[in-house]
Amino acid sequence: MEIPYTVEPRKDTGLYNAKVGIWLFLASEVMLFGALFSSYILLRVGADVGEWPRDLLNVPIGTVNTLVLICSSVTVVLGWAALKQNNFAKYRMFQTITVLCAFAFVGIKSFEYYDKFTHYQVITKDGKVYDGHLHSRTAEQVVLQGHEIDASKGKAEGVRKAQKADKHGKEIVIKTSDIQKIGNYGPKHNTYMSIYFTLTGLHALHVIAGALVIAYILWPGARMWKTEPERYANRVEVSGLFWHFVDLVWIFLFPVLYLL
Amino acid sequence: MSLKAFHVVFILASLALCFGMSAWAFWQYSDNESSSQTHLLLGTFCLISGICLGIYGRYFLRKLRDVSYL
Repeated sequence: MEIPYTVEPRKDTGLYNAKVGIWLFLASEVMLFGALFSSYILLRVGADVGEWPRDLLNVPIGTVNTLVLICSSVTVVLGWAALKQNNFAKYRMFQTITVLCAFAFVGIKSFEYYDKFTHYQVITKDGKVYDGHLHSRTAEQVVLQGHEIDASKGKAEGVRKAQKADKHGKEIVIKTSDIQKIGNYGPKHNTYMSIYFTLTGLHALHVIAGALVIAYILWPGARMWKTEPERYANRVEVSGLFWHFVDLVWIFLFPVLYLL
Repeated sequence: MSLKAFHVVFILASLALCFGMSAWAFWQYSDNESSSQTHLLLGTFCLISGICLGIYGRYFLRKLRDVSYL
């Protein structure tokens, strides 16, 4: 049985079915990310003074990642345009760049995640707070490269001020017997890190899924180009729409998480 | 909405981000407390990126003149 309206538009919608389908799917995605953005805003405005972290994320790295995604959107649309002009070789080149950009984005994001998982905060039994990257950890002691924090105006504000005063900090040796609490900047560290990992992790999953779909259409699925070129071009357009949505989410995520 | 129309929306959002971030970086640079050379470089970089995106947007609209927005 032939699938209807894969190329020609339906009379009632004026669109081919896959395009209606992807927009309905994107509408549900808007609700998913919208709910998380709303949660972020409510948590942000409800946070105590000095407790919401600022300058915790690396803005230049985030900027590079944003540029990588903008480039990937440009190549995805140029690839589709090349296909519309029957230039398959050019399309393949542009889409390969798109997939490489996706991998670059995920690679850079992994580096940022690694940085957070090796960043520790230690509270000692006498109430002192230390913050820095883990140098080494044994049964007897923990060595951090960082700062002692003045937490009188909130721990987050103390970390920010200490990092501003001395970016790299010094080597701090803390005996394990003196430690009351130790933890890295993973999702359970505080509310900000939870929402940061939830939002960026969900977004990264979308990037990986989008890259897999584009790669499938580009390589194993490319046989369709010889038999049904218009339908194939429509598939490329639909994958491009999803890719643009994923990139647009990042355009909003980046300033909210990194700059505000 | 076609990929062409969505791309125009995306480019407009990216332009807003580039110029907004450039303004943020220059504002940080002018602020005595948080001023650093990184902010100056970042502001310049975002400004140039924004201008390049604007030029690309015009090129894109001209290139896909015959493709529908639907």
